[in-house]
Amino acid sequence: MFALVANQKVVIDWPCFWVVLGGSFLPRGVYTVLLFKMQFMLLFSRQGKLRLQKWYVPLSDKEKKKITRELVQTVLARKPKMCSFLEWRDLKIVYKRYASLYFCCAIEDQDNELITLEIIHRYVELLDKYFGSVCELDIIFNFEKAYFILDEFLLGGEAQETSKKNVLKAIEQADLLQEEAETPRSVLEEIGLT
Amino acid sequence: MECVRMIASPRYSEKRVGYLGAMMLLDEKQDASLLITNSIKNDLSNSNQYIQSLALCTLACMGSAEMCRDLAPEIDRLLRASNSYIKKKAALCAVHIVRKVHDLGELFTKAARSLLTEKNHGVVHGAVVLITELCERNSETLERFRKTVPDLVQIMKGLVISGYSPDHDVAGISDPFLQVRILRLLRILGRNNEAASDAMNDLLAQVATNTDSTKTVGNAVLYETVLTVLDIKSESGLRVLAVNILGRFLLNNDRNIRYIAMTSLQKIVGTDHNAVQRHRGTIVDCLKDQDASVKRRALELSLALVSASNIRSMMKELLSFLSSCPPELRSQTASGIFNAAERYAPSQRWHIDTILHVLTTAGGDVRDETVPNLIQLITNTSELHCYTVHKLYRALLSDISQQPLVQVACWCIGEYGDLLLTGECQETEPVQVTEDYVLDVLETVLQSHMSSPSTRGFALTATMKLSTRITENVDRIRSIVSIYGSCIDVELQQRRSPLWRIYCFSLDFKLKLILDQSNKLT
Repeated sequence: MFALVANQKVVIDWPCFWVVLGGSFLPRGVYTVLLFKMQFMLLFSRQGKLRLQKWYVPLSDKEKKKITRELVQTVLARKPKMCSFLEWRDLKIVYKRYASLYFCCAIEDQDNELITLEIIHRYVELLDKYFGSVCELDIIFNFEKAYFILDEFLLGGEAQETSKKNVLKAIEQADLLQEEAETPRSVLEEIGLT
Repeated sequence: MECVRMIASPRYSEKRVGYLGAMMLLDEKQDASLLITNSIKNDLSNSNQYIQSLALCTLACMGSAEMCRDLAPEIDRLLRASNSYIKKKAALCAVHIVRKVHDLGELFTKAARSLLTEKNHGVVHGAVVLITELCERNSETLERFRKTVPDLVQIMKGLVISGYSPDHDVAGISDPFLQVRILRLLRILGRNNEAASDAMNDLLAQVATNTDSTKTVGNAVLYETVLTVLDIKSESGLRVLAVNILGRFLLNNDRNIRYIAMTSLQKIVGTDHNAVQRHRGTIVDCLKDQDASVKRRALELSLALVSASNIRSMMKELLSFLSSCPPELRSQTASGIFNAAERYAPSQRWHIDTILHVLTTAGGDVRDETVPNLIQLITNTSELHCYTVHKLYRALLSDISQQPLVQVACWCIGEYGDLLLTGECQETEPVQVTEDYVLDVLETVLQSHMSSPSTRGFALTATMKLSTRITENVDRIRSIVSIYGSCIDVELQQRRSPLWRIYCFSLDFKLKLILDQSNKLT
């Protein structure tokens, strides 16, 4: 597939998943609201450096930092062969490790852990396709692109486009638009003479 | 503030970065977020779909309740009259709005309904998510959307039977994300409703049997199917099918799959007990798994599966688990074992043996009320007093570090020490001890640094009680008691003083009083 290694692009056969799945179980009543929502997604390195954070719930900076710190510690303490899911606070955490990066999603109680693993995998595939054998450095130096791709794939914590091709096409178009906008216009154009 | 400026810029490149900055740095609680509301509003009507998309994304990520109220009509408009690219985003934006302001759900109901008929997967996916959200928030809406069950079943069938579709295929499954979403919506629509559940019965059976389970993605769809089947009013054949899928999951090599299987089984162990019992063997095997989360799930499930018929074999497994389980699970295991033993003990002797086993293995992790409960149990089992006191005496000889065990043992020796000294016992090999040996043991407990103050209290009381049951070593008892009478521990002194005074009275009176006192003190 692809590998995320700190300094070099390496191809490996299979990705190792560390999906942190979080969710609690509500007591079941006659009418219980089933909560399915991704609350946030974090990407961090094996040294605990945060590379990307996307929050879909309103939290103060302080809270975000606290959550990040705790979660990173908890996930990094897990051994390689352990389960990809853990319960943390009242969330389910799904995490998966791809070479040197951990992809970590927090989902709510009733959400499907396995499909969240697939969502993470899809995101990784998109990054891979876009950057061409993506590695951690790509994400470090082009973090805004990583966010743009995430925002074309997920919206408000839900998948918006289930076709890989369409997501990549949209990103391509948006990038073109951005290039056009940045191309210096001639003076004549600027004053509207051509 | 820079973000606000950039967002307002006409150039796409600046807008893009500005919106990204807003999503990363601002949140709805900050006042600056209100400033971008106007920009978002303008951008939502922009002729360029990528600019519209930026606005939609930002609104869905961090839109506050006021912003949502403000912009909801715009979103509704976009849901109806735009291209697929925008429609799918507008649908998810509407989801966010409904989550923030439940009442606005009404606004989107009609549009959501019509979106279901679209061909574009992204739009249908968005529509399904939106309808799910609307139905969850409002039971009337739920009633109305029940009519869509046949349509959903059709769409799902199309996905399951359709041929290979390169755009949406993941390891042989056609658009698993959409499949899972539809299944989820069906779950909500089918709950507590016979008619709806019937309508989806065949489809669920089809998905359950035809989905390829070799890869995670297939299992994700199967998992969702199982959750749906178990939640709606499904017929029994379908339920059995669902539980069997979970049973297959339990045997899967992938630890994740085993974990979620157990989580789901835990939810239904109350209602479908027999079905889950069939997989008891596999669940018990999972107790030996390396992963602590899996172990925990297996423990909870195992405890729920204990019954009168399997108590002996289950208890063997649970006791062996107790000796090797991680420390954070020991307390839970111990209490679980006690509860199970209390409910299903096949015989008194087995019950006492089990409790003693737990006390020797994990004595430090049992709850406080275990000691009085055990004492109560022993008192009530008069035919086993001899057996019990022998066992406890032997246990005390080998190890005096487990406090609850030591306490119970001391109490027992105090009460039934005479049975030890007779040198006879029917149920077990009797010990050949003299009074001195017995007093040695009690003294060791009193002197040991491992004994807690309450343990010493037990030992002291026991020593004093023995004065009525033994004849030769009364002086030794007197000296032990007097040593601990001058002990610093107040409780110990208190205990010693009244009994000491009693000690000086006549034997018969003493006997009666001591027996009364011991009942009060324990």
